[in-house]
Amino acid sequence: MMKKILLAMPALVAVVLGGFLFWGLNPDRDPNAIPSALVSEPVPDFELPPVESTQTPGLSAAALRSIGEPVLVNVFASWCVPCRAEHAVLTRLVEQDGVRLMGINYMDKPADAANWLEELGNPYERIGSDSEGRVGIEWGISGVPETFVIDANGIVVYRYVGPIVTPEAQDEIRAALAAAGGQS
Amino acid sequence: MTPEIGQFALTLALAVAIVQSILPIVGASTGRVLWMESAKTTAVLQVTLVAIAFGALMRSFVVSDFTVRNVVENSHSLKPMIFKVAGTWGSHEGSLVLWTFILVLFGAGVALLGRNIPVGLKARTLSVQAWISVGFLSFMLFTSNPFERVFPPPLDGTDLNPLLQDIGLAMHPPLLYFGYVGFSIVFSFAVAALIEGRVDPAWARWVRPWTLTAWISLTAGIALGSWWAYYELGWGGWWFWDPVENASFMPWLLGTALLHSAIVTEKRDTFKSWTILLAILTFSLSLLGTFIVRSGILTSVHAFAVDPARGVYILGLLGVTIVGSLTLYAWRAPQLGSGGVFRPISREAGLLLNNLLLATATATVLFGTLYPLFVEAVTDEKISVGPPYFNATFIPFMLPLVIIMGIGPFLSWKRADLPGIWQRLRLVFGIAIGVAGIVWYLQTDGPLLAVVSIGIAAWVFVATLREWALRIKLFDLPLSQSLRRARNLPRAAHGMTLAHLGVAMLVLGFVGSTAWKEERVLFAEPGTTVEIAGFEVIFDGVERLRGPNYIAQQGQLRVLKDGREITLLRPERRNYPVAGTSTTESAIRSTLRGDLYVTISEPATEKASGQWNLRILYEPLVNWIWIGATMLVLGGSLSLSDRRLRVGAPSPKSRSSALQPAE
Repeated sequence: MMKKILLAMPALVAVVLGGFLFWGLNPDRDPNAIPSALVSEPVPDFELPPVESTQTPGLSAAALRSIGEPVLVNVFASWCVPCRAEHAVLTRLVEQDGVRLMGINYMDKPADAANWLEELGNPYERIGSDSEGRVGIEWGISGVPETFVIDANGIVVYRYVGPIVTPEAQDEIRAALAAAGGQS
Repeated sequence: MTPEIGQFALTLALAVAIVQSILPIVGASTGRVLWMESAKTTAVLQVTLVAIAFGALMRSFVVSDFTVRNVVENSHSLKPMIFKVAGTWGSHEGSLVLWTFILVLFGAGVALLGRNIPVGLKARTLSVQAWISVGFLSFMLFTSNPFERVFPPPLDGTDLNPLLQDIGLAMHPPLLYFGYVGFSIVFSFAVAALIEGRVDPAWARWVRPWTLTAWISLTAGIALGSWWAYYELGWGGWWFWDPVENASFMPWLLGTALLHSAIVTEKRDTFKSWTILLAILTFSLSLLGTFIVRSGILTSVHAFAVDPARGVYILGLLGVTIVGSLTLYAWRAPQLGSGGVFRPISREAGLLLNNLLLATATATVLFGTLYPLFVEAVTDEKISVGPPYFNATFIPFMLPLVIIMGIGPFLSWKRADLPGIWQRLRLVFGIAIGVAGIVWYLQTDGPLLAVVSIGIAAWVFVATLREWALRIKLFDLPLSQSLRRARNLPRAAHGMTLAHLGVAMLVLGFVGSTAWKEERVLFAEPGTTVEIAGFEVIFDGVERLRGPNYIAQQGQLRVLKDGREITLLRPERRNYPVAGTSTTESAIRSTLRGDLYVTISEPATEKASGQWNLRILYEPLVNWIWIGATMLVLGGSLSLSDRRLRVGAPSPKSRSSALQPAE
């Protein structure tokens, strides 16, 4: 009897597995979507010092709330290659669209970050130096770069994972900013 | 006209497959020889018809027939010819035609080459194989017609993904499919044996060449894919534990277990129901792989266009095939009986351990691959499982496996003499410890596990050589006699030695390129100099080049060692205007000691003009991975060419020729 059960195990496991696979086929499910627990929540409480040897002030939750209009918060690092690609786009958003851009410098050496900003230019209004990645965890980021749209009340309304380089991505960001502005 | 011929051929093939799935097996149970023999004709007919369809599709690609939707979506008139041809299997529909072609090819192979297989078993096997082809042919005809026309025809195609325009990748799917679809015939043999209720050493011997053929191709296919990822993706990595890679790796692991457990069935008439289970599961994992790639159920870098209707159809196919065969197994396996007994220290026990380790490792990979799905289904939370999980769970099974691989061949069947083996392996053990010690002395900064792994690689390498030397009594007898013994040794024995040595090389490559890798990422302008792993790399600038369907930025880097220029590296960044994408062409200086690997990408801002993003890597010993994989393939091929597999039982033809007078 024991042996019969044992021999039937593979078939049973296959059926259970099949159940999961069938569930996974649900067309509404997008395995590439990354959850954004933070969206429609207020920004987590944090306070970050400025990046050493730069003139840009640091970033905190209070500072974000006090701006009173929608802003972009971009998580970047000097070691992150896609961030370089994104940098030009962010700069253009600031210069041409008048977007207010804040930065979180994630898991970076302040000296490297300062050089990076020196080299590429600094479009950020404020930059918080999160050299140990603590605040990154609170924001729940899954990688660098990531960009959040925060409305005037300090609520996270949109999250973009990965570099904003394609025209579609830029449009999404603009749309999210416009929507955030409309609500407040 | 050609596409219609192709489609018609597929429809006919389905009809023939339906006939083959019924006639031979009914013939086998009612004793009608003619019905059983019909499998030969239908199997050949199937392969011819699917070959016509495949040829028709290929022709549409070669002449760039843009009235066919599949060609429009996956080709372009400017593409080099070889990639037009490769475009045939570059899409979901096209690769299904290839899949089915290989499926029926193996069926025809058994029908034509398996002369020594009893007619009943052969008929049943071919019927089971035909069930699978009915499934896939109908899948193709109902949900993924490769010959669908488009009207009005566009002027030109929309290109194949330029990342895929690479000879390594063009050859990768055919080999991979040959491997994992090849396991279909082993599956069919297993199901046929369950229906007959009999598995014996002869069965294991008939199946062995087919298992080996599939295993060799799968090994080559995986190695080629990994090589492609290494030099084309521009990350310098050769394995990413991506779900699609795992999909081909799991059948390989289980296929390796099957190869070893079938030896026990062949030599000792035991492990029977286990071997059958492995045969079923190996192909089940191949099917699961096909499903994962085509259903879009998991996040992956390589996937085909997703269509839920297709996913449901393949899942249905999977369900019928896997659950059906496993239910049959649960019902019939108790009747297979068990064979000879063995002691805890014996070759059987060694191979059992090998099988347990391989099967458990497969289970951990399967679990890790599907875990995100389980978690999402149960808790609605999305997670991803990355290399850390796989490295942490997979390596602990592989290291003991490699250790026992060194001992296994020394064990005798039934009961082995442990003190005697220790006596023969003492020296080998000493050498392995010595090698680990030297590595530790030279490279104290690497992780300890790396040093241990190198010791283990040395262990299996020397132990395997020692076993081979003992067999031919090298140094105990004069060299000429040893060589004669070597010639008389079955080729399968040489094959095993070569493959096991290959594993040692693989471990060396894996460890070297993971543990002692060096990496520099920098922003460079002409004149920038970088020091890495004792090399001095000087960036001289960038040139613009035009390719057949792309524009390239080619960087020039001089590599100096001890002040002397040793090579010039030219990494490229290619832009494909038609496809609107870019690829990275790395430049590699390859030596057996390690690869110097450079990639370049364009500057991101106008402000940084004249500057380039360089990524320079030094990957020690990485080439030993491909050398090791080649040795696995060669070892497998040597074993496949063994006379014992071909002769089995004397065929009528050779008997009659033996009676002819000598000339």
